This record gives sequence, structure tokens and C-alpha cells, in this order.
Amino acid sequence: MSKSLVEGTIVSNEPISSDCYSMFISAADIANAAVPGQFINVYINDGSKLLPRPISICEIVDDKVRIVFRAVGGGTKELATYKAGEVVRVMGPLGNGYPLEQDKSYMLIGGGIGIPPLLELSKRLKGDINIVLGYRDEIFLADEFAKYGKVYIASEDGKTGVKGNVIDAINEYDLSADIIYSCGPTPMLRGLKAYGSEHNIKTYLSLEERMACGIGACLGCVTKSTDVDSHSHVNNKRVCKDGPVFEASEVDL
Amino acid sequence: MNLSVNYAGVTFKNPITVASGTFGSGVEYSEFVDLNRLGAVTTKGVADRPWEGNPTPRIAETYGGMLNAVGLQNPGIDVFVERDIPFLKQYDTGIIVNVCGHSEEEYVNVVERLNDVDVDMLEINVSCPNVKEGGIAFGTDPKQLNHVTKLVKSHSNKPVIMKLSPNVTDIAEMARAAEDGGADGISLINTITGMKIDVDRRKFVLANQTGGLSGPAIHPVAVRMVYQASHAVKIPIIGMGGVMNAYDALELILAGATMVSVGTANFINPNATVEIIDGIEEYMKKNGVDDINDLIGAVE
Repeated sequence: MSKSLVEGTIVSNEPISSDCYSMFISAADIANAAVPGQFINVYINDGSKLLPRPISICEIVDDKVRIVFRAVGGGTKELATYKAGEVVRVMGPLGNGYPLEQDKSYMLIGGGIGIPPLLELSKRLKGDINIVLGYRDEIFLADEFAKYGKVYIASEDGKTGVKGNVIDAINEYDLSADIIYSCGPTPMLRGLKAYGSEHNIKTYLSLEERMACGIGACLGCVTKSTDVDSHSHVNNKRVCKDGPVFEASEVDL
Repeated sequence: MNLSVNYAGVTFKNPITVASGTFGSGVEYSEFVDLNRLGAVTTKGVADRPWEGNPTPRIAETYGGMLNAVGLQNPGIDVFVERDIPFLKQYDTGIIVNVCGHSEEEYVNVVERLNDVDVDMLEINVSCPNVKEGGIAFGTDPKQLNHVTKLVKSHSNKPVIMKLSPNVTDIAEMARAAEDGGADGISLINTITGMKIDVDRRKFVLANQTGGLSGPAIHPVAVRMVYQASHAVKIPIIGMGGVMNAYDALELILAGATMVSVGTANFINPNATVEIIDGIEEYMKKNGVDDINDLIGAVE
């Protein structure tokens, strides 16, 4: 599976909440090689913002890669202004993605801007799929997930679904599964690692860390690992290269 | 047209190498870059045993630059010699090994281990701002720099380049201290110590609090220091600091550098090195320069 650095043409870029955007980029080489859970590096045109933005792949549609990102910092705010027809430099697919274990029961658990990469995953799994989505307040992408599984929502403000976090929703609806696939903020992943271990459920976590190169060279984005890593022979796996998806027992969060 | 340079008795096909720590040992970048095109690969700092480095976050972006506090995570010299050197040997490029240590003994251990290994030169990192013991202490005091230079030279059979810190008052004094200690060359600048605070959270962005600033934001500092150092010593210089394109590289050459390292630019464009080499060639063609050596220190 090889990585490409390409000039992708933006097909569309639309807001799907007050600060989240959905962008389709035409990039056949990346779309053809990508699997769910991988990410792309998006290079910002403004030269003062040097580093690429690592953004998870939300969906792969024909020769297009879809990303859903939150416009929070200078780089992603600029990305939000890019229009259809403009060209953006992207590299990918990067990282390892979720291992697809078919014909099982699943919980796909996403928190906030960790929700998007689960969409492509939900399309590719065959089995009983429960999808648990945790939001602070505004809901996005939930209707799209409903096409591929049963959706349960938790919101911190309690306006939609269960008031609280994803674990509260799992408990409220008494959900279980053979496998958990998750992506979200570290406290959520830490909770799911403990939950999976307690209930004997195989749990995959997709981690986030500040990155520079995105390809495993700079050693900026390491996470503490239970096994010795292949690069430095210490206990620091690279989120960009060895991850971002790890089996929960591999990492010490 | 000649792009090759002689640096401390070693011939490199062109003056472009990479800044240690931005390119690993080239494995990851070899998917994007034809390593055969590079004058040399300068490898990530290697110590006499594996180092874990600093806690995360290790990276922060700043205006026109970035801070890093990786803390020289590396697999140690044994893995490096068995795994990374054979990888690089597949390519027609020079090999410059960056050496780090916490103490005199640790530098010597690595340097001696490399005596039997077929590499072109050593670059001694006495200026990493992210490692508390060793590194920075040797690199900011001219007496200590002079001492460690002599020590490394007395244990090595390879050309030795001392990598200088910009976090000093007088770079010329540091350059002379390295030259007097017997260094075959100097490289500069390492990163400039910086800090970033997350105002909303009122916390340091980097777990290490401070980090090394690199990228185009520091380029003018590099040009100035290379110029000053080149007028203070006769040994050749590898210039680095925020080189993004061929013109930035040529600026350092005109300021007095014989070779130039490309660092942070690799993160922004994995093919930056090759584009810079092509750009230098284009500049030479356009300006009727037959030999790159005619440009070294040629600022008027």
C-alpha cells in the first residue's frame, strides 16, 4: 500500500455544523489505496502555517476522499474557506487503519471530531453494528451513520440522546459487542480501554497526537506502548506510522 | 557545470544534505525522494544506547516555524549500525552520522563504535536544546566545546564536524573554539530555544515547556551566523536553518557555507531536497556559474 503526494481538486466543501466542515477531494491514488481509519496530510496554502494538518479519512467515494474537520485553529479555519475547484496538496493514505474483522457484532464508538473515520468503517463491516456517538452539544453525521447501523447518541448538554458520555450511552442502552472500534479524545479512549478490558471485548483505539512529518520520521507523535517499538527499540510507538489505530492493550494511555 | 564540493577531504556530488532529526535515516522519505540525488544523508542523532526522548506533546507550530522537543529519541548505535547503515548503503549518497550523548564517555562510545563503520563524516551534536545534561552544556561554553572537540577527535578516525548552537552571544568565539579543538568542520545553526503557551488553557503547549525553533522564521539568523562563523575560521561550514527553497540554500552558500542542510522543509514538502538541488542548478545555468564552489562566501 503506497502513499502518494498529490494535488487534489476540491469537489465540495460545506459546513455540517457551526464549526465542522465536510470536504470532498478528488485524489484517485489516495482513494484507491485507502482503508478506514487511515488519515491524510493536508498542506495549508498560507506559508506561515508550515505543518500539514493530519485529518482522518471520513469516507471514500469512487476517486474522492472525504474529510470532516473542525475549524478550530488557524490552519483548519483557512481550510474551511477553500472552495470547490481549488487545488489542495494532500499526502496519503497514512497510518494503518482499522483491522476489519468480519461477521461479528460491533460497537463503533466516536467522540466529537473522532466520529468521522468511523463512517467508512461502518460501510465496510458485515455484521451487527451498533454506533455510539458522543457530542458536546451540536450533532453531526448521525443521520449518515443511521444507514449502516443502529445509532445511539450521548451529548454533554443532554439535548440529544443520553446526557453524558459514550460510556453512559452504552450503559443506558445495555449495549455489548464482540469488538469495539473507537476514535475520540484521550479521556474517552482511556475509558473505553478500561471498559473493553473489564467486559473482555477486543477494543481498537484510534489516537490523536501533534504531528510534524506524518510518515514516521520525526518522532514527534509517539505514544507509550506496552511492547518495544520497531523504530527506537524503546516503548514509544509512532501514532502516525504504527497507528493511529492500536489494539487497546498495545498502548498505555 | 559542477555541483560537487569537497568538504573536509570528502567529495559530495552536491552540497545538499538534510538536517539531523528531520529525515530519520531516510527510510520513511525514500518513498517520496530519490535518495541517490542527495549530496548526503545526515542521520538522526544516535547515542550509545536507546533513548526514550521527552513526553508528548513534542511538536508545536508557530508563525513561520515550529518548536520541537523530541529529546533525541533514538535506537542506540547497535541497531543503527546493523539496520540503518546497510539501508543507506544501497544508495549512491554520502552518509553523515549525527552523534549525541549525555556525557563525554557516551560520545566517545559512539565515536569509537563508528571507527570501523563505512560512513563519510561524523557530526557531533553538542547543541540540542531539548536534552538537559550533556548536549547544550557542551555547546554553549567555548571551553567545554573546545574540550569535547579534542576528546572526540582523539577517539575518531573520521572527519568530525561540531554542530553549533545559536543560543550563544558570540558565534564566532564558538566556531574558533571548535577549530582550535581540531574540528574538521562546523555545522550551524541548531534550533533556537523557544516556548509556546496555550492562552486558553494557560498551559505550556510542549510537555518539555521549551523546545527548539526551526523553519523559515529562523533563516535570517542562520545567514548571519554562518557569515560570522565563516569569517572567524578556515574550516568548512554546513549551513542550516529554515531553508525552504533553492534561494534560501544559495543565501547560506553565499554567506560562506560549503554544504547546506534542509530540515523542517522536509515536513512541508517531502521532496524539498531534490527541488532545491534542481533550483540551484537552474540558478547556476541562468547566471552562468560553472562551479558551485565559486559561490561559497561570494557575497560582496
